[in-house]
Amino acid sequence: MLKTFFKKNILQVGIFFVLIALLLIFMALSPSTFLAGRIYIAFMSTIPFAAIMALGLTLVIISGDMDLSFPSVMAISGFVFSSTFLSTNNALIALIVALIVGMAAGIINGLLVVKIGVPSIIATIGMQFFWRGLTTLLCEGMSKNIVPIRETITHKILVGRIGGAIPSQAIWFTVIAVFLWSLLNRHAFGDSVRFIGDNMQTAKIMGINVDTIRFLIFIQMGVLTSFSGVLVCFEMANWWPTQGEGYMLLVFASVFIGGTSVFGGRGTIIGTFIGAIIIGIIEAGLIISGFSGFWTRLIYGVIIVTSVSVYAIMTKKKLMS
Amino acid sequence: MENLIRMKGGFKNFGEIKALEDINFELHKNEVVGLLGDNGAGKSTLIKSLTGVYPIDKGELYIKGIKIDIHRYSVKEARKYGIETVYQERSLGDNQPLWRNIFIGRHNTNCFGYIKVKKEKEEALNILTNLIGLKGVGISPDSFVETLSGGERQGVAIGRAMYFESDIIVLDEPTTALSLKEVNKVLNFVEMIKKNGKSCIYITHNIYQIYSVSDRFVILDRGKIVGNYMRQDLSVEDLSNKLMMHAKSE
Repeated sequence: MLKTFFKKNILQVGIFFVLIALLLIFMALSPSTFLAGRIYIAFMSTIPFAAIMALGLTLVIISGDMDLSFPSVMAISGFVFSSTFLSTNNALIALIVALIVGMAAGIINGLLVVKIGVPSIIATIGMQFFWRGLTTLLCEGMSKNIVPIRETITHKILVGRIGGAIPSQAIWFTVIAVFLWSLLNRHAFGDSVRFIGDNMQTAKIMGINVDTIRFLIFIQMGVLTSFSGVLVCFEMANWWPTQGEGYMLLVFASVFIGGTSVFGGRGTIIGTFIGAIIIGIIEAGLIISGFSGFWTRLIYGVIIVTSVSVYAIMTKKKLMS
Repeated sequence: MENLIRMKGGFKNFGEIKALEDINFELHKNEVVGLLGDNGAGKSTLIKSLTGVYPIDKGELYIKGIKIDIHRYSVKEARKYGIETVYQERSLGDNQPLWRNIFIGRHNTNCFGYIKVKKEKEEALNILTNLIGLKGVGISPDSFVETLSGGERQGVAIGRAMYFESDIIVLDEPTTALSLKEVNKVLNFVEMIKKNGKSCIYITHNIYQIYSVSDRFVILDRGKIVGNYMRQDLSVEDLSNKLMMHAKSE
């Protein structure tokens, strides 16, 4: 039974062992940090921001599409959130308005890709520039200080510390991961996502409403991105115009390390979940272990190239057997 | 014999091109019809007009005795009437397990849309072993389509159509690019369709493959039906000669 489990979930098991190996290496290099609890609390507060977007992007890529607009959607959502909070002093209303903006960004991506027929990679590059440009215009290059948000109940619910230690955003990340896992693996919607990415013609022939499902996938990506942007604002009690920049590489790396196929049709939420944790611990792990920050990107590159090569070889072997 | 499909005076144009002209076609209950003809003869257009992909422009269409509104006829409606097409390349998702392929678009779900996975896997196993007969060849509901041979893939798509009570299964050139062994598997599946009391329209170029499993042959040429023969009335050589005759007259 254990053998069947390993065989069926070889990718996820493999990526899990990579995570364990990395942690063991960091523990060996810096035992005082990695054998104590504080570093893990810090990881739980920082990893969810990129990881939540990676979870949403996993569905987009499995469906055979791409979304490169999310760093800018994060910025505009954060801007709308902080502006609304400053004018209403109500964090919940600000959260809802920001989520609506994320939803609108997803709808626009869906319109461009599904209705007009622009390839998703091109449409979302365009939207990335559009949202970033609009944000810069609206904020006039100024950041927004929202320190009073720390006093709100919404702050406690979204980024508070459970039991004085566990960051709430880690719980939200886990809840979203479990929900998306169930959607992808156990729900008819997830099945449609897989078949659209695998073979769109088959999906159409088998009666799947391909256009609606693709629309919904872009919308969930927009909503999760804005939620992540709002979490960053809550955590920092601040919004700044370049928010979201720098997440592109981290998010894509999390998805691909997790075993999602760039060709669509295949991918796992568990893989992305672990992939996001790996990406999240590398930078801190390297620096604490005595490496300079310059090593970070090189190590990211090595891990991404190695993992996707291993997946390619494993897929080939599976087909040959 | 009971008519499952009856097209009367069917016409279909694509701009200036007359794809189908005055087509009178019938498919009876528990009958296998081999649809033959050269490239561009109109075989695929006829099939697509019967399965709702391109409804005819003019004429009458009856399915199971019900007159169809040809202007509103669609693939979805055709499936409601129990017509399902099996395409060689487009019927299954390669990267998905068989149980998902069998139930795609028609899952057993609870009121929240969640799939009853255990039940579907049990049903898939039943279909694979009892309905299709892919028993003892290392194929399970969790097997991925990409690991199946071409003939086995056709078998799964045909089994799926039968499981969902399709009365009319249309096979659109299902043996193109298959080895002889795989072609035999597909022909066995066609015999199985007949044994289960269903009907089948089989499009092919190769009369030698289809001869033994067909009850009747319909020959199309330049959008018109030019021949309609019962198998008992002619040998495979006669059928070949008829086809050659139409090809030469072009």
